[in-house]
Amino acid sequence: MISKNLPVLIVTVPLMTAFLVVILGLLKRKLCYPIAFLATLASFIFSAMLLEKVILHGTIHYYQGGWLPPWGIEYVVDHLNAAMLVLVSFVSLMSLWYSGPSAEKEIPKSKIPYFYSLYLLQITGLLGIVVTGDMFNLYVFLEITSLSGYALIAMGEKHAPMAAFNYVIMGTIGACFYLLSVGYLYIVTGSLNMADLARLLPHLYGSKVVLTAFVFFIVGISLKMALFPLHIWLPDAYTLAPSSVSTLVAPTMTKVGAYVLFRIIFSVFGPHFSLEVMPIAHNILGWLAAGAVLFGSIMALAQRDFKRMLTYILVAEVGYIVIGVAIANRMALTGAILHIINDAFMMSCLFLVAGAIVYKTGTRDIYQFRFLHKKMPLTMAVLIVGALSVIGVPPMCGFFSKWYLILGALAAHKWVFIAVILTSTLFNVAVFFRVIENAYLEPREPAYAHDGGQPEIVKFDEAPIGMLIPMFLVAIGIILIGVFSGHIIASIIKFAIPANI
Amino acid sequence: MITKYEDVIVKTMTRLLIPFIQIYGLYVIAHGHESPGGGFQGGVILGASFILLAVVYGMDEVKKRLPEKLMIAFVAIGVFIYAGTGALCLLFGGNFLDYSKLPFPVAIAERRALGILSVETGVGITVMAVMVAIMLALSSKSKRTRGEFK
Repeated sequence: MISKNLPVLIVTVPLMTAFLVVILGLLKRKLCYPIAFLATLASFIFSAMLLEKVILHGTIHYYQGGWLPPWGIEYVVDHLNAAMLVLVSFVSLMSLWYSGPSAEKEIPKSKIPYFYSLYLLQITGLLGIVVTGDMFNLYVFLEITSLSGYALIAMGEKHAPMAAFNYVIMGTIGACFYLLSVGYLYIVTGSLNMADLARLLPHLYGSKVVLTAFVFFIVGISLKMALFPLHIWLPDAYTLAPSSVSTLVAPTMTKVGAYVLFRIIFSVFGPHFSLEVMPIAHNILGWLAAGAVLFGSIMALAQRDFKRMLTYILVAEVGYIVIGVAIANRMALTGAILHIINDAFMMSCLFLVAGAIVYKTGTRDIYQFRFLHKKMPLTMAVLIVGALSVIGVPPMCGFFSKWYLILGALAAHKWVFIAVILTSTLFNVAVFFRVIENAYLEPREPAYAHDGGQPEIVKFDEAPIGMLIPMFLVAIGIILIGVFSGHIIASIIKFAIPANI
Repeated sequence: MITKYEDVIVKTMTRLLIPFIQIYGLYVIAHGHESPGGGFQGGVILGASFILLAVVYGMDEVKKRLPEKLMIAFVAIGVFIYAGTGALCLLFGGNFLDYSKLPFPVAIAERRALGILSVETGVGITVMAVMVAIMLALSSKSKRTRGEFK
């Protein structure tokens, strides 16, 4: 039974647990965390089983309620989906694990059941977006994700409700654009099933309605994935959110948005539409993405707040993925998909570190990180792994996706993109060296000079084990993905790219 | 916090109307799969009856009949019934939400009707509870209890 129903179980288990947590939370608050953890663990195990099944037997179709498409809702899991499912459920599992000690400190006790309920709903939505093969079902899950995200972000520090409100406005506009796009497609084709749309749309490529639907889709999803210049909601929202929330939404939400962009452009509209009927779409996406990479890197350099700095790096990383989609040859798309996977790990790693630092020191100011290498050596080691990966030092995974993106840009003679990627790498070196310098190196003017020259004694004071284990698992993941990136490309990504590119 | 409204006509009319509103809400839920209506519409009507009660008799009266904890539990239980019906179909060997596999001793078409009725019931409960919960959250003024149902 489990093996047959894997695609729906991945979504249903966290969904049902989300409501179970509320009911049990009214009786006994301590039960919320372990139950939420078990549900996410189950989702992760199911995703891993599904990935194995897809690699062995190919694409899996699942029909909700036994109704065949295009009438019923279909769940389709191919190589790209399956990899994304494992990725999202792994990152969710790590952040949920981490949220145990972290949420206890940051979330008021009376709100813990609601917190975990929303957390699980967020995970449900993210997994649902990835697993579904239906345009409208995708919208529903997109809204589940966004609405629970708004509420979770608003639980953060003092100004978080304002940031969440900005996010509500921007996110709702994005959702409207996506919904309008689905509506236009439904007007001309009468179908909502992605595979069915892919079959019907090639006859309608000349239609202005399809063109409008495509443009609306790009705008809507750009808002949701925070593509420059529509990223303005992101830095505030993700900086002010509780640590355990930003570790969940920052790595996954933007990546899932990038997945949707990839899926709809290449699987629904088809590569032929955007590459040959309106190549300008790829040009515009490419320039926006280049802008995102430069803007994100420069703004990251301007920040004192560690978490805000990471959010700007996130904006830049979204740019990298979209550069790959915009170049759209085999190399670049390999780089884009690999970067979706890598970046989820890198951002997860860095946001976990940021949360641990806030947990122990209560500050996010980079200039207050002095002596952190003595106080929290393990956390700092994880920070180094994440930082090196974002910069792109082999064998960390960040190097390989950048390498493929550059190869793709070379093959397409897009010299500007290569320049942009290399420039941003230099910026990243500067950005992270500033953090590492403050955390590791002795200050030039000792802070202890005024109290008689006595060196400040810094005791070993590491984050709790419940936060350290997820951090280390993600850091090990970064290295493993880097070392085995060849295997990942050969067994998964190769099949995820449309055959006619 | 909404307080009691002292007016004999308004209070009497409310007392008379509320049972009929609630019966109508239940009717809309029960007929959802056969005629216009359904869980959402019926739930809104049920919720409206509680809101009318709150407007006229004050929030305390509503809390007496529908304690906050119970309301929060209703929000969760409704969706749980929905997803649980789907999961029950999984247990009996069908796909998710495949009501034809539910073990009712009736024809397949009727099984589907009963399955969707159970889903509508769940939706109705949740919508009703959420309406009252939003009303409560918006009408509680004090800064200390902002965002909590107190």
